[in-house]
Amino acid sequence: MKVLVPVKRVIDYNVKVRVKSDGSGVDLANVKMSMNPFDEIAVEEAIRLKEAGKADEVIVVSIGVKQAQETLRTALAMGADRAILVIAADDVHQDIEPLAVAKILKAVVEAEGPGLVIAGKQAIDNDMNATGQMLSALLGWSQGTFASELDVDGDTAVITREVDGGLQTIKIKMPAIVTADLRLNEPRYASLPNIMKAKKKPLDEKTAADFGVDVTPRLEIVKTTEPAARSAGIKVGSVDELVAKLKEVGAV
Amino acid sequence: MFELSPNTHYFSEDHTAFRHALRAFVDKEITPNVPAWEDAGRMPREIFKKIGDMGVQGVICPTNLGGSNGDFFMQIVVSEELSRCGAGGVCASLGSHSIGNPPIVNHGSDDLKTRVAMPVIAGDKISALAITEPGGGSDVGALRTNAVRDGDHFIVNGEKTFITSGMQADFFTVAVRTDAQKAGHGGISFLMIEGDTPGLGRTQLKKMGWWASDTAHLTFDNCRVPVTNLIGQEGEGFKNAMMNFNAERLTIASQAYSFAEVCYREALAWAQDRQAFGKPLSQQQVIRHKLVDMAMKIDAAKTLTYDIVYRHIHKMDPLNVHIARTSMAKITATDTMQFCADAAVQILGGMGYMQGTASERIYRETKVLSIGGGTDEIMRNLASSQLGI
Repeated sequence: MKVLVPVKRVIDYNVKVRVKSDGSGVDLANVKMSMNPFDEIAVEEAIRLKEAGKADEVIVVSIGVKQAQETLRTALAMGADRAILVIAADDVHQDIEPLAVAKILKAVVEAEGPGLVIAGKQAIDNDMNATGQMLSALLGWSQGTFASELDVDGDTAVITREVDGGLQTIKIKMPAIVTADLRLNEPRYASLPNIMKAKKKPLDEKTAADFGVDVTPRLEIVKTTEPAARSAGIKVGSVDELVAKLKEVGAV
Repeated sequence: MFELSPNTHYFSEDHTAFRHALRAFVDKEITPNVPAWEDAGRMPREIFKKIGDMGVQGVICPTNLGGSNGDFFMQIVVSEELSRCGAGGVCASLGSHSIGNPPIVNHGSDDLKTRVAMPVIAGDKISALAITEPGGGSDVGALRTNAVRDGDHFIVNGEKTFITSGMQADFFTVAVRTDAQKAGHGGISFLMIEGDTPGLGRTQLKKMGWWASDTAHLTFDNCRVPVTNLIGQEGEGFKNAMMNFNAERLTIASQAYSFAEVCYREALAWAQDRQAFGKPLSQQQVIRHKLVDMAMKIDAAKTLTYDIVYRHIHKMDPLNVHIARTSMAKITATDTMQFCADAAVQILGGMGYMQGTASERIYRETKVLSIGGGTDEIMRNLASSQLGI
């Protein structure tokens, strides 16, 4: 079985995000970018399936600007077998919306024939949490979202999902789309020997047009703002004063 | 410190990719464990294996020994990223292979490469370098530990001290005098001595800083060492030791400005947060000037080190100029570290005197880098002689 893992190049989670002065989005020029952390977990899970003998090949795909090949190289260094880069934008600020991504992924799935797609549950840049579900709908495949455990057994997969109030275990038919939650696994680090080996692994370049997908945005960004700055607190002298203050602001 | 995008003359995509992976690794696997390791006075074996798996020990070693054949900038990446944990003892302990292993990698027999270099590169074994003796450190020519030939063995007697990873090391690369007739630099050879050799004694030394490093005093009492453990040619030890020193000094320089940077970041964060007289410390002129002085020196030390590494890789200078500039860069970087540790503790005030801040630890670790790998005084002597002053 082949496993396909879509990975997104996003602003690094350590970077302090700055909103562009015109409010059209976040400033990404000369900012450190790295693989979406949920996608790292997805890549790790796919590699573990291969190591367990349940998958034969791990293919990673990224959709976006040309520089996303760095992200793919990281996935290859972790242990993926080959990569597909779909160039769909030439400006890092141009985000490809979930529906367009899902359509491109559907075409990639049809071309590659994987038995399983493992995606991050969402990307940390826009937090859309939509691509996996849309891909499932487009393909008519089963979906297991927010997976914290995955057990593939022949034609079925048992998935533990993190839902409000606890864990839900479901059994779904393969082929399937699984989206990875934070606790699915702890992804490995790319070691230097594997970074060097990854350079020799195949990386195919395609464009969105190759798959006949129109990536024109359908959503309009109305406004982007920084979170409101926290205002300074005050010190109170007694419990009575605290209760009075809380009542004053209507908190109790 | 301001984060510059990588200068592409120095750092390729491989360097950057490894830097990112290593930074995540250090943040998670090393930095949170520093206090426990400092208290324990040694590092757990598992962490050597973990960094072995990351490729750290083999970063500049040949691929047929399990290394990655990286250039010296890859070593700089390793040194800078490990140093971000802010604990010199951790870096020294994890880095003892970088001085213990090269003589074997560069001059050792195939047997030594397979038996010693490879498991060290894999992180399964720990390697240490033993040159300094109670009677002499920088004066390598004066060393007294002797190895007398007895059939197919050497009988080794003597003492070595201040040996990083000395308590845990499985393999020691030991400078010994194999020819008693030759005084000074001649007659010195390198022997690989296994940690479990009968007659080898170890005592842990307590230190001002570097607590996580199991630094030891070693005694050799009629240790029988097979002649096949001779590293390179007999009598070539001094030359090999000197070749080792240049790389070690550049690594020390990169550690020193990286620790300075840890101090700078801690002091800056504190100064921006701490209020005094109605505004943050960083808005008080005396403090902000001090912070700029720190950034200025770090930037200069780092830029100088990069330049020397680049010019060395591209063989742009005669060896004497390289040795002189390396010596000067070591002093520049360790002076920077002293300055920044001092300034950071001062800016942190009472907090800087408390254990638990990186600056407090680094303040105790400034001296070791101005002494180890060649003292400031030796560095100035060496630079002046190499420059023909």
